[in-house]
Amino acid sequence: MQLVSDKRLLSRLPFRINGWSLGVISIALLLAVPVLVVLGYLLEPAGEVWEHLAATVLQDYVINSLLLMVGVAIGVLLLGVSTAWLTSMCQFPGRWLFEWALLLPMAIPAYIIAYTYTGLFDFAGPVQTLLRELTGWGYGDYWFPEIRSIEGAALMLALVLYPYVYLLSRAAFMGQSICVLDVSRTLGNGPWRTFFMVALPLARPAIVAGLSLALMETLADYGTVQYFGVSTFTTGIFRTWYGLNNAAAAAQLSAMLLLVVFTLILIEKGSRRQARYHHTTQRHQSLTRFQLTRLQSFMAFMICFGALFFGFLLPAGQLLWWALTTAEESLDGRFLSLITHSLALAASASGLALLLALFLSYGKRQYGSWPVVLAVRTAGMGYAIPGTVIAIGVMIPFAAFDNALDDWMRAQFGWSTGLLLSGTLVALIFAYLVRFLAVSLQTVEAGLGKIRPTMDEVALSMGVGSREIIHRVHMPMLKGSLMTALLLVFVDVLKELPATLILRPFNYNTLAVRAYELASDERLADASYASLTIVAVGILPVILLSRSITRSRHAEPT
Amino acid sequence: MSILTKFILAPVVLSLLLPVVANADEVNLYSARKEKLIKPLLDRFTQETGIEVNLVTGKADALLQRLQSEGRNTPADLLITTDAGRLHRAKAAGVTQAVESELLNQLVPGNYRDPEGHWFGLSLRARPILYVKGKVDPSTLSSYEALIDPQWKGRICIRSSGNIYNQSLVASMIEANGVEATESWAKSFVKQFARPPKGGDRDQIKAAAAGLCDIAVANTYYLAGMLKSKDQAQRQAAEKMGVFWPNQAGRGAHVNISGAALIKTAKHKQAAIKLLEFLVGESAQAWYAETNGEYPVRSDVAAGETLQAWGKFSMDGINLSRLGELNPEALKLMDRAGWK
Repeated sequence: MQLVSDKRLLSRLPFRINGWSLGVISIALLLAVPVLVVLGYLLEPAGEVWEHLAATVLQDYVINSLLLMVGVAIGVLLLGVSTAWLTSMCQFPGRWLFEWALLLPMAIPAYIIAYTYTGLFDFAGPVQTLLRELTGWGYGDYWFPEIRSIEGAALMLALVLYPYVYLLSRAAFMGQSICVLDVSRTLGNGPWRTFFMVALPLARPAIVAGLSLALMETLADYGTVQYFGVSTFTTGIFRTWYGLNNAAAAAQLSAMLLLVVFTLILIEKGSRRQARYHHTTQRHQSLTRFQLTRLQSFMAFMICFGALFFGFLLPAGQLLWWALTTAEESLDGRFLSLITHSLALAASASGLALLLALFLSYGKRQYGSWPVVLAVRTAGMGYAIPGTVIAIGVMIPFAAFDNALDDWMRAQFGWSTGLLLSGTLVALIFAYLVRFLAVSLQTVEAGLGKIRPTMDEVALSMGVGSREIIHRVHMPMLKGSLMTALLLVFVDVLKELPATLILRPFNYNTLAVRAYELASDERLADASYASLTIVAVGILPVILLSRSITRSRHAEPT
Repeated sequence: MSILTKFILAPVVLSLLLPVVANADEVNLYSARKEKLIKPLLDRFTQETGIEVNLVTGKADALLQRLQSEGRNTPADLLITTDAGRLHRAKAAGVTQAVESELLNQLVPGNYRDPEGHWFGLSLRARPILYVKGKVDPSTLSSYEALIDPQWKGRICIRSSGNIYNQSLVASMIEANGVEATESWAKSFVKQFARPPKGGDRDQIKAAAAGLCDIAVANTYYLAGMLKSKDQAQRQAAEKMGVFWPNQAGRGAHVNISGAALIKTAKHKQAAIKLLEFLVGESAQAWYAETNGEYPVRSDVAAGETLQAWGKFSMDGINLSRLGELNPEALKLMDRAGWK
């Protein structure tokens, strides 16, 4: 009797609750704890600091952050979408190389590229020095673009973040039913019209997913803007925390940042609520790429080469030059442990993030009631918060749990468990998951979005079990997205610094920590070995990924 | 999938099985000093005493936050920072305890340690005025305050106010001259900048050497580091610069410390104090000067050759706790002055 009334009660709720959605909600909430800890600071009074901020620097923070976002958005869209379209739809010399090489800038941490560009193009750098020696000019006699400016910061971030847009929109272009494009062509549309009228709108969810990742990363960036002397929200957060010694006000700035991101995401979702992006057919034929004229081929080559050159070859070349000529550091036995630590962390975090993303996005797809959606969305917000802040959000609840457990064990059994999880790799990997879940989630969701629900229904009606649907229908179609998610998080963890720095156990260093410690001591050349190794370790998965995406195109469900 | 499972699970399981070290002969250290600038000393300590030192490096404020949230179960025994302000902050947060050590009190001068013995300075970091030799006659320089003289308009390079060394410098000026005078000084000082502040201390030196400005305010160990760099361009830039010790007629040049505090709940208290005493020992003190161009905290240990070449100077005798207390005020003042 009791059971029946419970069931009735449940069925009267405005949303469906079952085991799956409960599981999804609880896991999402667990991952959302650090974000909620940060948001919780909104309730704490921060005193007169706000008056001070509002009267002096807050306006700068807001304007600069917005300008930076606009600049990065323009940059990553131009670079990412154009190169994705060219390499997936057009035939030109070197295309096979660019397919994967365009991903390489992703392996370079943003603050490292900022250091290399400053080293090259700053007033005291070799380029301007040579210019002065050749012309006899002095300071103020000539104009040269100032690399350490807000435009420069936007450029640096765009150069290393465009691969997000490239990767996701390329997957979308490749996944587009060729029939749709053929229809467009038979209707007399040329390549340009096909691109703007058909392919681009169809790829919009993927492009937006890539863009929002790039923008969230931009909002969380600290290293680049700090080095360039650009006052943004992030520098403001740390200034308020470290300088004014006001953690509450700093967390409130972070929370404000989160609300902005949340609003942006809601607006975007709302604007395409009516549209659905499933293809009506899964019939794919091998792509016939647009044949370009010689001039067009040259242009296509130059666009792709430009992105590769400025995003990777130039900064990596500068690092290599430093490593070979001026670095006082060299490889030693300890260096090997840095590599294995970085690899182990990146591998475990990216794998776990993928599993969680699959679980959450399936839950959302099958049981998308608003509590599920809200929980999943909150869990995915960690990407927009500076790593140090998220690390604090992880540290506080973990330590509280450990200490509470310790108290209880002491009271009950008279022995102390100390800190069980704080200061272990468990806490660190959890922080990675919180911070990078958005990446795997967005990627997996973008992939799932292409699978029509009717396909499930057809399969179900034919008596195929849901396990088999996933295995035989979804997995082949999702493979590319899953590999993408795995790789993105892998590379992100390799580069991750602030959370690693503060949460790692004793005597546990990574490549990113080593690179940062030397670079922040203004020994850029000495940091080059570790930076180059991050890049080298990141390259292999990049190549593997690119190949599997290309292959996934040929392995469609039968 | 099985490969994937191995790929994911193996490292996770391994990481969980990492042994939790609970050795009696060890010290656990949270350090804001970078690994390269402390580890060689710790290794030497382990060699001499057999006491293992476990190290986590990070930013001082984040380490302090970690200490606070870990509470009485924190494994940390010692906290090392690179400025006095953060040591003061740690003490104010209640995570430190007093050390009773005759040796430490005797070796570390009074104004470079906490009056109640919660923290001790390990090395000194001076922030003089650097000038381009040949372009600036050092006799026209006198004090930090005098840098607002019209003759320096558009000729000064200094990094952003987000940096702790500038915050400490301004805090020391507030202590000496009061808030009002310092604020009006800062407002004029900002107008003297050759360019909006960007980059670190080495960048200011490079910019001055390249002709962008004639004066840079920077910590000496950056200049020392550049002088022995393998990079010819850095060496040449550094060789163009002269060191001027400001405020010699008054309170002395601004100096901060790197120092260490004993954590309240330290589980290896004796070993930790031993390490503290080692760090102010003669060989460790000489190492700071030799390796990183910092001044020894003890006056009886000679600074390295490079440092001696810059001459003796009198240091601001302010009790360094004040730098920590005045830090928020200093930052707000710089915000109001428009110092980026």
